[in-house]
Amino acid sequence: MEIFQHILNALQFGSFYALIALGYTLVYGVLRLINFAHGDIFMVGAYIAYFVAVSLLGLGGASLGLHLDPTLALAVTVPVTMILTSLVGVTLERTMYRPLRRKGANRLYVVITALMAGLILENGNLALLGASRKSFPDLVDKVVWNFGSVSMTNLKVIVIVASVAVFLLLQFIVTRTKIGMAMRGISYDKFAIPLMGIPLDSIIVVTFILGSGMAGLAGILFAMSYPILEPYMGALIGWKAFIAAVVGGIGDIRGAIVGGFLLGFIELGVVAVFPSTLRDLFAFSVLLIILWLRPTGIYGVAQTTKI
Amino acid sequence: MQKHFITIGLFVLLALITVLAQAGVLSPYHVSVLMFMGVNIILASSLNLVNGYMGEFSCGHGGFMCVGAYVSAVCSVLMFSKNQILGAPLLPPSLALLGFPLSLLAGSAAAAVAGLVVAVPSFKTRGDYLAIITLAANYIVISAINNMEIIGGPRGFMGMNATEVAMKGLADIPWVLMWVMAGTVFTVWLLRRFVSSTLGKGVPAICQDEIAAEIMSVDTNRMKLIAFMLSSGLAGLAGGLYAQILGYVNPQSFDIMRSTEVMVMVYLGGMGSLSGATLSAILFTVLMEALRFLGVWKWVVIPLLLILLMQFRPEGIMGNKELSDLFPKLRKYYSFK
Repeated sequence: MEIFQHILNALQFGSFYALIALGYTLVYGVLRLINFAHGDIFMVGAYIAYFVAVSLLGLGGASLGLHLDPTLALAVTVPVTMILTSLVGVTLERTMYRPLRRKGANRLYVVITALMAGLILENGNLALLGASRKSFPDLVDKVVWNFGSVSMTNLKVIVIVASVAVFLLLQFIVTRTKIGMAMRGISYDKFAIPLMGIPLDSIIVVTFILGSGMAGLAGILFAMSYPILEPYMGALIGWKAFIAAVVGGIGDIRGAIVGGFLLGFIELGVVAVFPSTLRDLFAFSVLLIILWLRPTGIYGVAQTTKI
Repeated sequence: MQKHFITIGLFVLLALITVLAQAGVLSPYHVSVLMFMGVNIILASSLNLVNGYMGEFSCGHGGFMCVGAYVSAVCSVLMFSKNQILGAPLLPPSLALLGFPLSLLAGSAAAAVAGLVVAVPSFKTRGDYLAIITLAANYIVISAINNMEIIGGPRGFMGMNATEVAMKGLADIPWVLMWVMAGTVFTVWLLRRFVSSTLGKGVPAICQDEIAAEIMSVDTNRMKLIAFMLSSGLAGLAGGLYAQILGYVNPQSFDIMRSTEVMVMVYLGGMGSLSGATLSAILFTVLMEALRFLGVWKWVVIPLLLILLMQFRPEGIMGNKELSDLFPKLRKYYSFK
């Protein structure tokens, strides 16, 4: 029975990786840009959720005189956080990535700019809010269901369902709608697409809105599941989600979700058998072997090179 | 004589630094900043070989530095200090001048072998997938060392000071500073010789077009193997020196943050410019120290400065030019290739 408990935990952790990996993969799929600030956008999302939730519940100093019911507060927090977080993502794109793209800078300079943007978000947060950890208020009453020795909380179910729903939504947008077609078009040929009358910059902004919004959602869910917030929480999980996205085949929505869950399962599987300090060692070794065997990831397609 | 002006000038400068440090004009703080500058120059110029000249995106340089630091630290401790593993030191202190370079060499060799983890997949993988392999390699190294109790695990490893004491016992001069300077000059010299040699021309060829290079009889796999192993070996040298400067190493100081710093130095200086990497390493070290008074805000201001630099000069300080391309008159003053 213990194995079911591990599977459940792995699904939950995999969901976080998958949600963040979706953001990486969306931006990468369109722009061929590794948005290294994405993990920190996730962190910002969690903090925004904290401030929105606290002010709605009327806790602490940030009271607006509101004392909403936690369920209602959650219903307001989710959309507000997603919108504000996507604003952060769009701001990064407008102020940092777009000018560089216009100048035709080498792709790697944009990547370095993204890394620096992530550092600014992390350390700006540390400098503004101090090193003290914030504890996230309870927005949902915890319900625990016990099946034999397997315990299942409603939060875990929400997280897993949310990640699958987001995956289906994004898959629908990318493969079935006009905007999705434009996104795929940009990733296919960035120079021909504007000639077809498609507004390049607006499509890119939409991509950033989608990706950052999902990071915001992941931030809320993470803060609800592990209610301790600190400025560096996004760094490690962001790098890991990026690795998950690449193992799945970066640029492919299915790849992000498969990679995320795979990473969750490997990590939890290692912890179930070995001491937990060996988790990173085994998880990354397995991922390295996967990339050795399939150099473009699980769903990735090799790019053709012209001479 | 004119031909050797810069070479002679460089050695005079280094000798002057040594004398000033010996005389106590330079405070220990200044000396340590100079030493970190040297380490950063080694790191930046060695990563430049892979990220700049070869056009790959390696973001796990800290991992190789870590291998070098630990291997040379363990060698140096085994040879010259009392330790839990072997008990008494293996060699008498009088052999320190021979033993220390050997420990550096061992560290570099181990790091070069660790570079194989990245070099072998690079035969088939390129671009962002290779970037992930380097990233994973960095994590694997850190995590492996965290799990090795015999060398301290996450608590770190120390005891290298005995080597310095042994060297000082032979002659009371700033040995570590001299080794760092020697290592720096050696690295820049070696990389300069390598990329301007007939063999080394294959590295930029891979950057421009791998298939075309293959057709033009460049053995791309061999070139990649050489470039990655040379780069990680030199990172190991930097790690060995770093361990000796601090007298203490712990795995956290070689994590992804360190790799990011080195990447920043490479792209700040300009891809594929050795003098750019050197200049930006110096600039970066000075900036890090000069902005120390800002406290927590330092890590907000430095990235902001770099972002602004990228916006106004997206190709880095030097672009892909060398100093001698910008100032052709300099060529009169040196003769090294």
